[in-house]
Amino acid sequence: MTFVRDRDFGTPLRPGANTVTLRIDGRSVTVAGGTSVMAAAMQAGMSIPKLCATDMVEAFGSCRLCLVEIDGRRGTPASCTTPAEDGMVVHTQTDRLAKLRKGVMELYISDHPLDCLTCSANGDCELQDVAGAVGLRDVRYGYDGDKHRQEPKDESNPYFTFDSSKCIVCSRCVRACEEVQGTFALTIEGRGLDSKVSPGGVDFLGSECVSCGACVQACPTATLNEKSVIQMGTPTRSVVTTCAYCGVGCSFRAEMQGDRVVRMVPSKDGKANEGHSCVKGRFAWGYATHSDRIRKPMIRARISDPWREVTWEEAFAHAASEFRRIQAQYGRDSIGGITSSRCTNEEVFVLQKLIRAGFGNNNVDTCARVCHSPTGYGLKQTFGTSAGTQDFRSVEKADVVLLIGANPTDGHPVFASRLKKRLRQGAQLIVADPRRIDLVKSPHVAAAHHLQLLPGTNVALVNALAHVVVTEGLVKEDYVRERCDLEAFEHWARFIAQDQNSPEATESATGVPARELRAAARLYASGGNAAIYYGLGVTEHSQGSTTVMAMANLAMATGNIGREGVGVNPLRGQNNVQGSCDMGSFPHEFSGYRHVSDDATREMFESLWGVDLSDEPGLRIPNMLDEAVGGRFKGIYIQGEDIAQSDPNTKHVTAGLEAMECVIVHDLFLNETAKYAHVFFPGSSFLEKDGTFTNAERRINRVRKVMEPLAGLADWEVTLRFAQALGFAMKYEHPAQIMDEIARLTPTFAGVSYEKLDALGSVQWPCNDAAPLGTPIMHSERFVRGKGRFMITEFVPTDERTGPRFPLLLTTGRILSQYNVGAQTRRTANNVWHDEDVLEIHPFDAENRGVRDGDLVALASRSGEVSLRARISERMQPGVVYTTFHHPMTGANVVTTDYSDWATNCPEYKVTAVEVRRTNHLSDWQESDMESGVSLRRIAGRADAAE
Amino acid sequence: MSNDKLAYMANQIATNFRSMPEQEAIAATAEHIRLFWSPSMRAEMEGILRKPDTQLSAVARAAFTQLSTVKTK
Ligand code: SF4
Ligand code: SF4
Ligand code: SF4
Ligand code: FES
Repeated sequence: MTFVRDRDFGTPLRPGANTVTLRIDGRSVTVAGGTSVMAAAMQAGMSIPKLCATDMVEAFGSCRLCLVEIDGRRGTPASCTTPAEDGMVVHTQTDRLAKLRKGVMELYISDHPLDCLTCSANGDCELQDVAGAVGLRDVRYGYDGDKHRQEPKDESNPYFTFDSSKCIVCSRCVRACEEVQGTFALTIEGRGLDSKVSPGGVDFLGSECVSCGACVQACPTATLNEKSVIQMGTPTRSVVTTCAYCGVGCSFRAEMQGDRVVRMVPSKDGKANEGHSCVKGRFAWGYATHSDRIRKPMIRARISDPWREVTWEEAFAHAASEFRRIQAQYGRDSIGGITSSRCTNEEVFVLQKLIRAGFGNNNVDTCARVCHSPTGYGLKQTFGTSAGTQDFRSVEKADVVLLIGANPTDGHPVFASRLKKRLRQGAQLIVADPRRIDLVKSPHVAAAHHLQLLPGTNVALVNALAHVVVTEGLVKEDYVRERCDLEAFEHWARFIAQDQNSPEATESATGVPARELRAAARLYASGGNAAIYYGLGVTEHSQGSTTVMAMANLAMATGNIGREGVGVNPLRGQNNVQGSCDMGSFPHEFSGYRHVSDDATREMFESLWGVDLSDEPGLRIPNMLDEAVGGRFKGIYIQGEDIAQSDPNTKHVTAGLEAMECVIVHDLFLNETAKYAHVFFPGSSFLEKDGTFTNAERRINRVRKVMEPLAGLADWEVTLRFAQALGFAMKYEHPAQIMDEIARLTPTFAGVSYEKLDALGSVQWPCNDAAPLGTPIMHSERFVRGKGRFMITEFVPTDERTGPRFPLLLTTGRILSQYNVGAQTRRTANNVWHDEDVLEIHPFDAENRGVRDGDLVALASRSGEVSLRARISERMQPGVVYTTFHHPMTGANVVTTDYSDWATNCPEYKVTAVEVRRTNHLSDWQESDMESGVSLRRIAGRADAAE
Repeated sequence: MSNDKLAYMANQIATNFRSMPEQEAIAATAEHIRLFWSPSMRAEMEGILRKPDTQLSAVARAAFTQLSTVKTK
């Protein structure tokens, strides 16, 4: 592929059924009604000079360059603000227009520095292009209109500069920030010739800017420009691929020079993001070539030994002989593996295949265990399949959004922008969250209700919402009668109508005033299309699965499943959580969520793979660790997951790892888990391999290789070679062939192939004969399981209780700039926004403990203790404290307990009873972790090896 | 895995089915364990059943018993 700029139609395209036909420069053009004359011309392959218009934002009509003549109309209207009409006759190139345009350009250029040859946007500047297009040869007003030229550049943002001397005040950036991102960080200050763009009177870093890059994308000049472009020059080729951070799954053009990434630009054709991005995908990709990347395989006999770099052959042979030895000594079930939600579907599939068919057991689990396994369980029980019901676009049709336990502006930023857009159009928002997240109140967005519940009481809260629906006659009876299992409904309705579920009865547990809750329930049930979006604040509880079922009940009872604008939507954490679950990573299920005891399914796998497979569920991650501590589980292959940092009760995790005889870690970096490993396989980043990721809306997106793997092998190749060393050969030349096998074995993927993905861009599963182009909205005619099933969801409080020793509740979350355990984002300039985790504590609780803002405090639970800095914040209610877990040093999971979801063992990260007190030193765990961070990471012959 | 931990897990499952009629709750608990517990975990149930001092709820105990009879059949 060679470098081509995305075509800019000038104004947003409006897909619509009714069309209009007009003539432009003699050609007949048919477009959707509502399309501008400019976009009509552009769609027909013509081009009209423009500066203030771009199809990211609505037309503005300020630059007067896009003028056209229209037969029968006076003057020269702006084509960007004039809608195309049937029968219109338009001329875009006349002498009169040429003169007018030249005059306008003269004004612009007279006030613009003419250092094109040394400008970073040279070759990628619309001002330059338009000057060429209008044939500008001279500027009557001279070139020294230097009103802006003396302004210093704002270089405060780590990723882009703002050079106001080059600004033409087209206001595209301001509008992009408002309309696309929804942050409203930029304004035009001053008037007339004195007007200028400003991030609220401060520099970019100090402003409200969240560094999404939309303004940089929108800017037609070098005013807002990526620092990487300034440094490296313009790219020469581009490859479309998928962001490897979060479950939104944004499509990007990786713009390259040779095998070096110059910049990542969100792709307009990406259906998850439609041209938008967040700071992580857009800018924080530098980790991929960070010097901490391990590029050679390594082995060691004991974890206290220094690592020894070896060849791939030696690493595979050693690891294979260890695993064979362990199985011979301790039995077939004594080893297992963990697949990664960071890796591609194809990589996950071959790893679970290796475990089931090569290891001969079902001891495979995935990091989704610790985030969304309750989603899998809960949605399967009620609807029949383990996935969200909608596509992201559906939010454009929602009238009421119920957001539970999710913080999209930080966790799923591009979806948050789409949501905010809908809220600005008038949709109503109900937030159920212990914390006052940004969406409760931010520019032009205010939640109708913030149900500020106590952590651990989700089930009581959702039950109370359903209680109001049932007892106030708000059930959509036709829908329930037609679509749901009536007996189960009636049973449920009797249960939910009981007094114990009323808002008044649950108020003491949830802390949510009954009146507010009743109003929210009425709004959800009768405010039009109502959609539920939720995150880990739902799943990571001892009743995570129950809450998922309770939400499904609520949605079914109100008829809010099966069409656009409604649904139950998990906001998945990592890029490929959905995919890793789909691919058969759970110990009890093959790909497509079919239980291993299902004979027909198992036989299909057995006959294709040529081996007998176990019909018994294998161990889940926490069970593997328990069994390791018990001495029966001895070897593990961990791909792309850092359980020593991300899993709860760190001491228990490390005890389990220490008890094993061969731990293989396959990762980009020597992470926390690798401190306990005996074999290290260097991993490959998303830029170094082909494959697919499946996002939270079940969308299968292509990941395309833009550079060679730094360690020589892509992750899927590593698994294949390791399997071969174990004597289990898997033969694939390319991940496309792995996808073909997935399609053969998985009914919901039957119609998926790389060919189709390349042709369509992406598809949402189910994709098969019944839905060859995929399925944006699920359960539209009938539920996957036939009739929707209401489940009884009794509220059972967690056993993790506050008391005199631990009187506060700790809950955890994420922030925008860092990603999960931070292994990637901490290796980028994103640290300027967040270089340490802090403990948010309410002023009341702080005062009681003599804690001031910025004090070092000890955070202790019955599992352990860590020290971190306090930040006084009223986002939390008194009695609740909050922290993030992006930095290993914080060790937030030293404090979390091993309570877990009753159905899936998903850890209860969101509720831990703690105490906070001032301290002047790090905790013992932190001290010893710092020490082991050095001693367990030594590489023979190298002075240092940083995590 | 420690018996106490397994018993805790079984109790937790049984508790979440407690609003069902008892026989259904027992069946649901047993089915859940069959679907999601590994053979090694289920094998330990025998030991748990034999230890009278393990904190096992009536429903969980009945579910364990049901599973072990099915297995030995
Ligand atoms: S980077 Fe994004 S948030 Fe920041 S000013 Fe630009 S558009 Fe607004
Ligand atoms: S910074 Fe760029 S987009 Fe913004 S007004 Fe100036 S030239 Fe236009
Ligand atoms: S929203 Fe998620 S997928 Fe999109 S750019 Fe940001 S991190 Fe990447
Ligand atoms: S592009 Fe139409 S007025 Fe600027």
